[in-house]
Amino acid sequence: MAQTAVLSRHSRSPLERAGAVSRSEPNPYQGNREAERAGAKLFRRYCAACHGEDARGNGKAPPLVSPEVGGAMPGALFWVLRNGSLASGMPSFSRLPEAQRWQIIAWLQRLNAAGSATASPPENAGALRSWGPEHAP
Amino acid sequence: MTVNLIRKFVFRPGTYAWALLLAAIPGVHAADGPYFVTYGHDMEEPGSLEISASQVAGHPDGGHRFVNALTEFEYGLKGWWTTEVYLHGQTTAHDSTVFTGYRWENRFRLLPREHWINPVLYVEFENVNGADRSLLEVVGFDGQEDFLESNAEGRGEKERELEAKLILGSHFRGWNISENFIAEKNLAHAPFEFGYAVGVSRPLASAARPERCRVCPENFQAGIELYGGLGTHEHFGSVADTAHYLAPVVAWQLPNGASLQISPAFGLTGSSVPFLLRFGVSYEVAQFGRVVSRMFR
Repeated sequence: MAQTAVLSRHSRSPLERAGAVSRSEPNPYQGNREAERAGAKLFRRYCAACHGEDARGNGKAPPLVSPEVGGAMPGALFWVLRNGSLASGMPSFSRLPEAQRWQIIAWLQRLNAAGSATASPPENAGALRSWGPEHAP
Repeated sequence: MTVNLIRKFVFRPGTYAWALLLAAIPGVHAADGPYFVTYGHDMEEPGSLEISASQVAGHPDGGHRFVNALTEFEYGLKGWWTTEVYLHGQTTAHDSTVFTGYRWENRFRLLPREHWINPVLYVEFENVNGADRSLLEVVGFDGQEDFLESNAEGRGEKERELEAKLILGSHFRGWNISENFIAEKNLAHAPFEFGYAVGVSRPLASAARPERCRVCPENFQAGIELYGGLGTHEHFGSVADTAHYLAPVVAWQLPNGASLQISPAFGLTGSSVPFLLRFGVSYEVAQFGRVVSRMFR
């Protein structure tokens, strides 16, 4: 039973490992479009190399536009950014200020909300890229 | 003397030419903080290669001005294991320019999750000669008198050393606080030498702006580090005969991925070089390991 518990712990995804207290934290930037644009910039700088420019994964790291990420509590996403998943190759991003981590999460929340609203991911990915700072007025 | 050092090093266009070239190359971000001596607990991203070049310039009392150059190649092997190789060289006024050796370091993150204080174990093998002026760490009774001999004399002294550090790091409300406890042993002879480095820093802005920007607070980190020797196992904790430095640090992270750092360091004791000026440029190639492995498929 103890071995099963150990296996169970290590087979859980990083999101599942976030504790109840962490999960309950709200995103102070949720729905804030300026923060979402800043999050897009930060995502491109820190996350796109592994998760893809459109956050749909590139074979090395999983997609971040997915039912699991879209359905995750903001606090769970924050926990993953803080701790990373060293065993699977994701570093900790605790070096980023908390505000920047929440901005990235705001961007992921926007991506997933838009991703679930349409039936055509490639077109949607193109539309989502227009949120990036290079298209800002 | 400090003004002359600044004039000869900082205001020489060649010092910045290659740095500006690196800054113009599109790339991905370099993640390290502003310190030159203190290590934080952040590891290199797995598969990423960070290339850094840094110099330290100084003028020991009674000696000649020198500039020591370091080239670093840091690679993330695992999320918990980073390895790094340094190549050393220096030039001394009225003397010569010499290659002074290399070092190979490995850092191991001991705990899988982030905590209030995060320990990292650092182990290094160093093969340099007595002409080395890198001052990457200050241990034992290292002092400016070590820099008075000629390069010809210094090159004849082989220094093969093992070094271990206990790195403790914390991120708290945007602040980084890092402490290093250093133990070093020359393989040829005794004694064990000890030193320390402590750093505190933070970015100048917590939240990012939505638009791309180069010169904006979020791209700058500032802080201060304090480092010095603690004597040997036979004479531990002596302050009077050991070198200590207090050094403000500033780092500028460019949107294209390059990072520039500068730090003036002020010697606090009679054994310290009165003033050091450090300047560094780093550049991270993300997913370098994947790119290389694809080339051989």
